[in-house]
Amino acid sequence: MKGDGMAESTRAFAEQFDDPLQQKEAAQAGMWVFLVTEVLFFGALLTAYTVYRHLYPAAFREASRRTDLALGSINTAVLLTSSFTMALCVHAAKTGRRAALVALLALTMALGAGFLAIKGVEWAREIHEHLLPGPSFEFPSAYPGEAGRQAQLFFVLYFVMTGVHALHLVIGIVLLGVLAFFAALGRYRSDYYTPVEVAGLYWHFVDIVWIFLYPLLYLVGGPR
Amino acid sequence: MSDARAHYLNAGHSMRSWLLTKDHKRIALLYLASVTALFFVGGSAAVMFRLQLLTPHGHLVLPETYNKLFTLHGIVMVFFFLVPAVPTVLGNFLIPLMIGAKDLAFPRINLLSWYLFIAGAALALGATLYGGVDTGWTFYTPYSSVFSNTYVVATVMGIFVAGFSSILTGLNFIVTIHKMRAPGLRWFRLPLFVWAIYATSFMFVLATPVLAMALLLVGLERVLHLGIFNPALGGDPLLFQHFFWFYSHPAVYIMVLPAMGVISELIPCFSRRRLFGYEFVVMATFGIAFLGFLVWGHHMFVSGQSAFAGLVFSFLSFVVAVPSAIKVFNWTATLYKGRIRFHTPMLYALGFIGLFTIGGLTGLFLATLGVDVHVHDTYFVIAHFHYIMVGGSVMAYLGGIHYWWPKISGKMYPDALGRWAAVLIFVGFNLTFFPQFIVGYLGMPRRFYMYPPEFQVYNVFSTAGASILALGYLLPLGYLLWSFWYGPDAGDNPWGASGLEWKTSSPPPVRNFETKPVVDEEPYDYEGGRYG
Repeated sequence: MKGDGMAESTRAFAEQFDDPLQQKEAAQAGMWVFLVTEVLFFGALLTAYTVYRHLYPAAFREASRRTDLALGSINTAVLLTSSFTMALCVHAAKTGRRAALVALLALTMALGAGFLAIKGVEWAREIHEHLLPGPSFEFPSAYPGEAGRQAQLFFVLYFVMTGVHALHLVIGIVLLGVLAFFAALGRYRSDYYTPVEVAGLYWHFVDIVWIFLYPLLYLVGGPR
Repeated sequence: MSDARAHYLNAGHSMRSWLLTKDHKRIALLYLASVTALFFVGGSAAVMFRLQLLTPHGHLVLPETYNKLFTLHGIVMVFFFLVPAVPTVLGNFLIPLMIGAKDLAFPRINLLSWYLFIAGAALALGATLYGGVDTGWTFYTPYSSVFSNTYVVATVMGIFVAGFSSILTGLNFIVTIHKMRAPGLRWFRLPLFVWAIYATSFMFVLATPVLAMALLLVGLERVLHLGIFNPALGGDPLLFQHFFWFYSHPAVYIMVLPAMGVISELIPCFSRRRLFGYEFVVMATFGIAFLGFLVWGHHMFVSGQSAFAGLVFSFLSFVVAVPSAIKVFNWTATLYKGRIRFHTPMLYALGFIGLFTIGGLTGLFLATLGVDVHVHDTYFVIAHFHYIMVGGSVMAYLGGIHYWWPKISGKMYPDALGRWAAVLIFVGFNLTFFPQFIVGYLGMPRRFYMYPPEFQVYNVFSTAGASILALGYLLPLGYLLWSFWYGPDAGDNPWGASGLEWKTSSPPPVRNFETKPVVDEEPYDYEGGRYG
């Protein structure tokens, strides 16, 4: 999706297309289709979550209360802010302000990195508290019996969901880094900024995924 | 290949010009070579277990080896042949030609898809050959995630990687068909092959990620000893089956919709008639694609899903037969009063209609809850899905290869030999799989390396048929390769066929058309006097 749009800086569009508009529409459509795939990819995890929460509601409530609500909420704010700066990136590209575009891309990357850092702190704390599924998992529970195993399922889903989400964010940061590099070289003009726009779609999608993960993982425990 | 005219085959002869090509036609040939090789790998496994089953207590291979052989056969044939074959070979070659475009929308992503496919195939095949996998192609948990002592993780990762090849190929087709059609090529002027690939692409994009995630979770469960699908740790093995079949049932339609697209091209051309009920076939294509997502539970009638779910899935499975039947009726109606020519591709197309009908009707037996409980996990099921996948998809794939071979290679193969091979394959196929309906109904379970002696006669027929089938498959490999270098020139349109792909030269030039084509005719206009 991105690469083909930037085939050669000398030509306005890649040779398989008839004109620049066709290329732009193809790139946008390509990203939307890719995001459809992503919805189903995360959809499988959300389905698994729904099934197990339905089976083990009490254990999921209890396990959810062990997540770090404060850091999770701060992170939600950080990521939403990054979506705002990403939207400003697209605007800067559209209006042809090169310096602003580079600066805003860097800011968006920094916010993404900040999110990952905070997430890393959370993970470290949870591993320290023996919440990482596996042999070292410990979950002292008020409910007898199966609750420990059921809570472990919650944390399996917690780590897989936040892990896959973080991987998407890492890819997004790298993507923005490449864009910032080319933006600094002046490749994007007000009549050609499709890669910025398309990367923006991806970035917003990764944010939206988090908007679903945050309540499912942090808020289902109810008041603490 | 010594002619002076420049075309995509003589545009470069170095290894590099092939392995780094962005030309959709060359990428199609890369896929053709890869899936053909994989087909024969999967086929050899079948030959070995068919020999084992020649006698009730066959001593050719150990029981563990037998399990690994049928697993290899299933994995290679489903994920690395049937799913990719028609879309990546014929789809890649034909979609830009049929819509009058210079290439796919994203040529580099197209090449990347091939490399992902090769990487996935190498990983999966490496694991299955090095140590083997014995889970069956279905990877049911907790056997696959806890108990099996074979190379499950590498194999599922191979399928995971190849899945991205499917997704990106589907994405490429969807965008190309939406954005790059020639002037005048309205949606309802599209060839049905394009419609079929378009619908299939949506299934790639929607179904594959679910399988990818399910296999990722199996891998994690196995490596880290988690309990996602393991009941001993609170997990639900049925959830895996739901995920698996949410992909793998639509995958059946991923295999058969493009095949139906091929048939919809062949039947009008060799009957010299416009396809009967074009719009209905388009709608049926989308009906199948949509309903195909709602019937996965019919693989789980005896798994312990609720009786109500079983009832609903049974009903929906009957419903999906309706659009399939519409297509069969439309093809048959196209033949009526047609001037039928029995060239090689047409024999495959007629074979497809018959075999697909048998496969489809026995599918209704299996969709019936009570009957399914009786024949579940027997050879009846094996026979049913081979009628769809081999009798349907492989027949159509070969028909398509024979039909477009003059366009792909610029050469003609010996048609008489081609007709013999088609007949051989038809006879061999029926001899192999029809007895399996009977022996399955009588109670022979699938996936066992031995069986009670009273079933031997059916298995002897099966193995004999498999030998004929193997010969039938080797013949086209031989004469098509021969014709590629030594065959007579085919001309641009040897079949007198409609469609933009026949309006350019054979083999086509690198950019497909010398001048941008403009479409001013309805599809399959065989009765309008334009095509003789």
